Amino acid sequence: MKNCCITIFIFLLSQSLQAQGHKTVSGEIEFFSSAPVEDIQAVNNAPTGLFNEQTGNLAFLVPIKAFQFPKSLMQEHFNDKFMESHTYPEATFEGKLSGYERERSGSQEVLAEGNLTIHGQTNKVRVPGNINFTRDQIIMDAVFPVKLEDYDIQIPKVLFYNIAEEVKVTVSFVFEKTDR
Amino acid sequence: MTNKILVISLIFYFLFLSTLAQDNLLDQLREEDETEWNTPTSTFKAIRLINGHTVETRKKGNLEFLISHRFGRINSGAYQFFGMDQANMRLGLDYAWEDWLTLGIGRNSFNKMYDGFVKISLYQQSKGKIKLPITLVWLSNASINTIRRPEIPMNLNRRLQYAHQLLVASKLNQKASIQLMPTYIHRNLVRERTDPNALLAMGAGLSYQITKSIHLNIEYYHRFTEQENGNTHPLAIGVDIETGGHVFQLHLTNAQQMTETGFIPSTKGDFFNGDIHFGFNITRNFQLKNTRPARK
Repeated sequence: MKNCCITIFIFLLSQSLQAQGHKTVSGEIEFFSSAPVEDIQAVNNAPTGLFNEQTGNLAFLVPIKAFQFPKSLMQEHFNDKFMESHTYPEATFEGKLSGYERERSGSQEVLAEGNLTIHGQTNKVRVPGNINFTRDQIIMDAVFPVKLEDYDIQIPKVLFYNIAEEVKVTVSFVFEKTDR
Repeated sequence: MTNKILVISLIFYFLFLSTLAQDNLLDQLREEDETEWNTPTSTFKAIRLINGHTVETRKKGNLEFLISHRFGRINSGAYQFFGMDQANMRLGLDYAWEDWLTLGIGRNSFNKMYDGFVKISLYQQSKGKIKLPITLVWLSNASINTIRRPEIPMNLNRRLQYAHQLLVASKLNQKASIQLMPTYIHRNLVRERTDPNALLAMGAGLSYQITKSIHLNIEYYHRFTEQENGNTHPLAIGVDIETGGHVFQLHLTNAQQMTETGFIPSTKGDFFNGDIHFGFNITRNFQLKNTRPARK
């Protein structure tokens, strides 16, 4: 009977361990391409992410079609010609966050290492960023470059747009503890 | 016995821990992701298939400027430079008032005709609660021909013509789209006494992606109400070349006019007899309003 209690207790403990996960309540990804003819900037407010502060595991899921452009035609071309979002509907990041102290308040510099998948191509990346633990929330942000070539994103020859070979990606996420 | 239970519970515990450590956050995210992004971004590349409209409309705040030409018949010989010496032109502006509402005006050199239309998106493929594989657009077009005809007394009534179309399109896959266009046309004045004022037609179109920026298009309209003057059914074949803000459409057609009230009832050329007009549409898109939600 005593052991039974222990078993139940252990199960409960493991349940509470699982509850260390954090889920995004808001996320924003922006990319910026600077080119002589035209600067192009798009914003995506639909990404979701999960973070386990115990293990440092981190994952993001970004629906490509949710990128919004100032010009609606540009958005169409971005989906149809560049990202081919009908075939590759999402971009993902899966990896580990390291270099943070849970107890410290204020902004800390951290490193995210893992696999970034865009346009069906996966690359190992190391992205430096910032993390900020507040009482209920964890705020993360980072700025990093993405080379179109690395992800096999081709610029159609007849397209008049001038797009930079490398775009600047800015991400910011707010996490809250999940109950599960 | 008690030890046994302890061992088993410990095994369970570590098993649980290990599954926890291996938990795939990405799969978890995918499971939770309920939003669907399956609506096709575009069914056709341009807002015109060749002579007629496609279901495509631009988003709110977009102005599209169209320059269209139809040259003379290719079989008119070297003297007419294979039709290049004669050209019909249409200049048009399409403005997307809302995502679902486009208003357009145009001026045709043929019959000195002005035309205006309302294009309403009724349903978008795979969008909303009921997922149908089709896009529905309503088009109503009125045109007024202002050519001087001293031989008959012309008044406003006699100059007006109307066309109404239901455009039904489906994007079959990333490369191919098809469209059907049941059409009703009313002309207040017709050439012969025996010609009907009202007529029904069915159009069919196909667009196929050859490369990322080049599409092949075919468009055909069949009239069900026959006329006695031996008019033919308009057939057209062309390519779209998309270059960002512009779409260049080059085509061969037996029709000379560029409005529904013109080319559907009054096409005279026999395509397979060489009565083919070379033509082009060039569209230039201007985004007049930035409709993206303001940044926080």
